[in-house]
Amino acid sequence: MTRSIESGAAARRRTGPTLWMAAPSLVLFGLFALLPLFGVIALSFTAWDGLGTPAWTGLSNWSRVLADPAMHNALWLSLVVVVTAWLVQLPISLLLGVFMAGHQRYRNVLSILYFLPLLFSSAAIAIAFRSLLDPNFGLGPASGIGWLSQDWLGDPRLALGVVVFVIAWSFVPFHSLLFQAGVRQIPTTLYEAARLDGANARQMFLHITLPQLRHTIVTSSTLILVGSLTYFDLVYVLTQGGPGIATRILPLHMYLTGFRNFDMGGASVSAVILVAVGLSISLVLNRVTRSNSMDSQQEGL
Amino acid sequence: MRTPRRRRALALTAAVVGASMLLAGCSGAKPGSSTGDATAWPVTGGVHEQLWQHSFDTWNEANPSAKIDAEFFANDAYKERIRTAIGAGTNPTLIFSWAGGTLDEYVANGNVIDLTERTANVVGRVLPSVAQAGMVDGKVYAVPNGQSQPIMLYYNTELFDQVGAKAPTTWSELMDAVRKFNAAGIAPFSVAGQSRWPYLMWIEYLVDRIGGPEVFQAVLDGKKDAWSDPAITTALSDIQELVKVGGFGQGYGSVSADANADLALVYTGRAAMVLQGSWVYSTFKADAADMVAAGKIGTTTFPTVEGGKGNPANIVGNPSNYWSVAANASPEQVAAATSYLDQAVFDDDYTTFLLENGGVPPVAGIEDQLAAQPDAKFLTLAYGMVRDAPSFQLSWDQALPPAQAQALLTNLEQIFLLQITPEQFSTNMNATIAG
Repeated sequence: MTRSIESGAAARRRTGPTLWMAAPSLVLFGLFALLPLFGVIALSFTAWDGLGTPAWTGLSNWSRVLADPAMHNALWLSLVVVVTAWLVQLPISLLLGVFMAGHQRYRNVLSILYFLPLLFSSAAIAIAFRSLLDPNFGLGPASGIGWLSQDWLGDPRLALGVVVFVIAWSFVPFHSLLFQAGVRQIPTTLYEAARLDGANARQMFLHITLPQLRHTIVTSSTLILVGSLTYFDLVYVLTQGGPGIATRILPLHMYLTGFRNFDMGGASVSAVILVAVGLSISLVLNRVTRSNSMDSQQEGL
Repeated sequence: MRTPRRRRALALTAAVVGASMLLAGCSGAKPGSSTGDATAWPVTGGVHEQLWQHSFDTWNEANPSAKIDAEFFANDAYKERIRTAIGAGTNPTLIFSWAGGTLDEYVANGNVIDLTERTANVVGRVLPSVAQAGMVDGKVYAVPNGQSQPIMLYYNTELFDQVGAKAPTTWSELMDAVRKFNAAGIAPFSVAGQSRWPYLMWIEYLVDRIGGPEVFQAVLDGKKDAWSDPAITTALSDIQELVKVGGFGQGYGSVSADANADLALVYTGRAAMVLQGSWVYSTFKADAADMVAAGKIGTTTFPTVEGGKGNPANIVGNPSNYWSVAANASPEQVAAATSYLDQAVFDDDYTTFLLENGGVPPVAGIEDQLAAQPDAKFLTLAYGMVRDAPSFQLSWDQALPPAQAQALLTNLEQIFLLQITPEQFSTNMNATIAG
């Protein structure tokens, strides 16, 4: 997000190509995002088991679902996952990203290693972790390290932590990449000046790198928060929401309600709540950081 | 910079949310199945996959004018897909099911047709109790197409010799054996807790042994507070007692039936017994061929419970899998499908193929053929269980409507994890009846 790109964008907007250029993506967006969204909102007011025809039931789904303890549990778990995912992923990706942008020996080799999880499909990651964490045939018994042989995915007290860990493992590489790119855009003159003033590495990190990465942090946080809110496939393959309801986060609850219980009305209510919460998070994040985003971070350079 | 980014975030959010619903609902099914060849969506896995492939291939070769195109699906994927397909009218001609609550819903919605007139021959070939499960209100809506799958107790005879125990025939013998195995540091039972449905086998058998089949029938009939029956609470207490004394060892909540880890625990000597369906015998045979050949994997029936009202010959499991014929199929497709069902299903070739691959055909009068097989001991036991059972209770998750079945699985899992009491279980499950 340097100034040259911003002013370039502004220039293009002024002389501007016609809005028709946006038409193809708008059509796709309407077809695959807006249309289903309205469909889901309509379905949330009906009772439908997937077989017959949907029957209009007014607000009864909403009052039923909002009073359902399973829904409260799902909302709470989603909140826990979103917050812990952010707390875990952001610092790790930030540090890894800064490291990857440097010039240490073997950096490229290590960067490629960190990057690998991004190339795997989440289903494959989940199946691999399920096998590794198996208390009878997994990593623990195979390596002989006793504490690894926990009932990781079968103990309700451990399962959610494991889920957060596996999500972090598969998404940290992506966010590290964002931070690496962010760090590389920081002008080296800032560091040179700081060094002349006698700043040490820690001071340079705190007073140059971190402030300069502010926008990257916002972008990355938005993606982590909204991403982990809607995160589904990995958890589905890893635990199916179990043991019990220990990892039944909101998107999973929606899916299971819809495609296991065949209660499409109830599932649609969950879906609408998901959309509302996801939109609110990204709007709030953008609002909170808005005042800064037009300011250049590189005044005087 | 602000506006585009915000819009992008908005678009991203909406797209992610929309896509997650879409992904689930979307299907690549061939639309409009009411033209062309008849179609079928069988389920993959084990001897059945080979059997159905063989059967359709043979049929199509002999009847080029009444072809049936088969497309195989994985079990869970099928269950989710068939529902949306039927709702959208893109279902195949032959609809695969486990009968039970799902079949009742299909019949009530008019999705499948009455086959009574057109399938008299095949219904006459199979065991009455198995054919019965495909009937609704005395009319045939579904025809059995696979082996009978009673739940039975498998055990590792080496481990029993090691601790000096014998296969339990009563619940107190079972608890004695549990103590002996625990003392020897062997998990008494293996159970695939992560898959959840193996938990059902325990409650199904215990409730039947303690209170008889009437107890669950009351649930099916929607009687108020049917889940509070003393037989159910006693069964749940027994289960929790078994859990507390270490009956399932450590880490059973992580064991998955998909990878057959529950069986691996038994044949690798880490667990002594497993309660599983007759379908896992072929897995034992494939994965632990030496043990099976040496007779070290024993099979027996579920123990009786002292003072219980249920007939010890009662069994639970899946009487069979079933084919129904879709109501939206064309007359030609219906003709092809029904003649296939009536002529080819469980004809001699079909039965023999199933037998030779280790299945238990629910066909009357095949005792001699069974005795001639290499796995005669197992086959005869499983066949006898089905033939002589006064009651063959369909797995509860199939017998109940989907929403109740899911609530049952979740609550039962919490019973096994000691997260709720039997009383809480009854309260939670009674609520599903009222709703």
